[in-house]
Amino acid sequence: MATDLNGRPRTDGEPLLRVEGLVKHFPLTQGIVFRKQIGAVQAVDGISFELRRGETLGLVGESGCGKSTVAKTLLRLEEPTAGHAYFQGKDIFALGKRELRALRRDIQIVFQDPYASLNPRMTVGDIITEPWEIHSDVVPKDQRDARVSDLLRRVGLNPDDRNRYPHQFSGGQRQRIGIARALTLNPDVIICDEPVSALDVSVQAQVMNLLEEIQDEFGIAFVFIAHDLSVVRHISDRVAVMYLGRIVEIGDEKDIYERPTHPYTQALLSAVPIPDPDIEAGRDRIVLEGDVPSPANPPSGCRFRTRCWKAEDICAEEDPALIDRFGHGHPSACHFAEIREVVTS
Amino acid sequence: MARYLARRLLQIIPVFFGATFLIYAAVYSIPGDPIRALAGDRPLPASTIEALRDEFNLDDPLPVQYAKYIAGLFRGDFGQSFRGREVSEILRQRFPVTIRLGLLAFAIEVVIGLLAGLLAGLRRGSFLDNLVLVSTTFVISIPIFVLGFVAQLVLGVRFGLLPVAGLREGWVSYVLPAMVLGSVSLAYAARLTRTSLVENLRADYVRTATAKGMPRRRVVGRHALRNSLIPVVTFLGVDLGALMGGAIITEGIFNIPGIGREVFVAVRGQEGTIVVGIVTALVMIFIFSTLLVDILYAFLDPRIRYE
Repeated sequence: MATDLNGRPRTDGEPLLRVEGLVKHFPLTQGIVFRKQIGAVQAVDGISFELRRGETLGLVGESGCGKSTVAKTLLRLEEPTAGHAYFQGKDIFALGKRELRALRRDIQIVFQDPYASLNPRMTVGDIITEPWEIHSDVVPKDQRDARVSDLLRRVGLNPDDRNRYPHQFSGGQRQRIGIARALTLNPDVIICDEPVSALDVSVQAQVMNLLEEIQDEFGIAFVFIAHDLSVVRHISDRVAVMYLGRIVEIGDEKDIYERPTHPYTQALLSAVPIPDPDIEAGRDRIVLEGDVPSPANPPSGCRFRTRCWKAEDICAEEDPALIDRFGHGHPSACHFAEIREVVTS
Repeated sequence: MARYLARRLLQIIPVFFGATFLIYAAVYSIPGDPIRALAGDRPLPASTIEALRDEFNLDDPLPVQYAKYIAGLFRGDFGQSFRGREVSEILRQRFPVTIRLGLLAFAIEVVIGLLAGLLAGLRRGSFLDNLVLVSTTFVISIPIFVLGFVAQLVLGVRFGLLPVAGLREGWVSYVLPAMVLGSVSLAYAARLTRTSLVENLRADYVRTATAKGMPRRRVVGRHALRNSLIPVVTFLGVDLGALMGGAIITEGIFNIPGIGREVFVAVRGQEGTIVVGIVTALVMIFIFSTLLVDILYAFLDPRIRYE
């Protein structure tokens, strides 16, 4: 059984994190002296999901669909507009200052841009040890040096690198520093906000493998955010597909990739290139028309209907619920959901 | 670092010759005869004019005059004015006044400017932020002599809080002119601090620090603030040189016998030796203050290495 850094067993069962109806609206204001709200960008509009111990939930969607906003609100880096997120039974959104600090020990984040997310004026050692200055009981003082070396070695860096500065490393190495940093507090959950999209393809694979190894070793649950479907498939146990602030389909990795039921998921999958030119030439591709509507003024009913080839009157009138439509344990938010096999690599 | 320092110090040599020669040439080419101007309405005897022209090398071509001046400079001789005053004596008298004024203005700029910028940046969009933005724009757009006269009138004459002009009342006399002199730089420093802080507060690594569980005070103080001070320090360093350079207008308004007023009088009297002497000293101050900033940079930002 997987154990954490302190040797505690990590057990399956009760979900570690349960998000219910998460909403984040950014107000649009007008006027300089008398500011008034004229609308809201509905970045995230009612999202629910569960994360079990040690599993990886992939969160995919186009740019601007609200993926990163979900990540930031879960860490309270942004305040949510509504909803609940229970971590081990406690509502994250209702925590006070002190409890919030404790929470940040349990939930950590790896950011997208490894160039911007490390303070350029601090050495790698300082970046990694800083959390212990606040959470001083995590690692005893006399073991900290050894722990830094362990962490650096664990993420594939040299323990001597601790005295160097972030700018002296490549993008992949910097992301490794970011991962080591996220591990310092021995968290239960790491939210990976597009951790590899800023990296070269070859380096992406290395960092992905590192993340997987770390998960196996420490039993940490990941919320893995990405826009690259093959990256998400590689690492995820379950996948949620987002469109315009909503989850349109959620299920096991096999369900989503082999038996997608939502037209949007099908369209996304059909756009993934296949390295074999014979298969690539022979498959049919779903090409979506138009652009993603503005999240400040989303369509009525189903948000995807403006670009959907199946849309009918009911789609404009009634918002399709995210429910299990086939009894597969694989909910889909479409009135006309049907399984369609899309050839993927 | 040592090599970098040596290279920077060597760069001073061409800058020194270039600056002194340009100033010397500029004063040389001012139309009019300084000797004739010396005597006013009464014409001088031809022999006296001849003797003076000879004494000050005025009949030599420009390069020769300049070479003789520089040669004197290296012997420690700053030369004499046409009225027989030693330029080194003038520098000794005037510079302390300007330095005192400049340092006080600088202190006001740093303390109030940074504080205002900091508070505004931390509370972006608040009343205080808007107040800082509007008032700094106001100060920047008003000509300094208007600011000077208004300050004299209101604080000096109407309310009698501070001495209106001159230096008779000791250090208190410096307060009003220093406020006026430092006001524009203060406004720039406040705006720069604010912008830089706002930008850094949005940076990913500040979010990282928050995610680590750092308290807000520490996130701001250790991560955001230190990084946002880099451009501010550059500005302050260059500005310190500028403030030391004397302020012709401010010193004129407040009747302060500093370097600025001296230069003004000397230019009018075509006193080449005084102008060049003072300006050379100013150029040196400027070179050293920028050098200081560049060295300070390496400590503020580990990405900068001088090799």
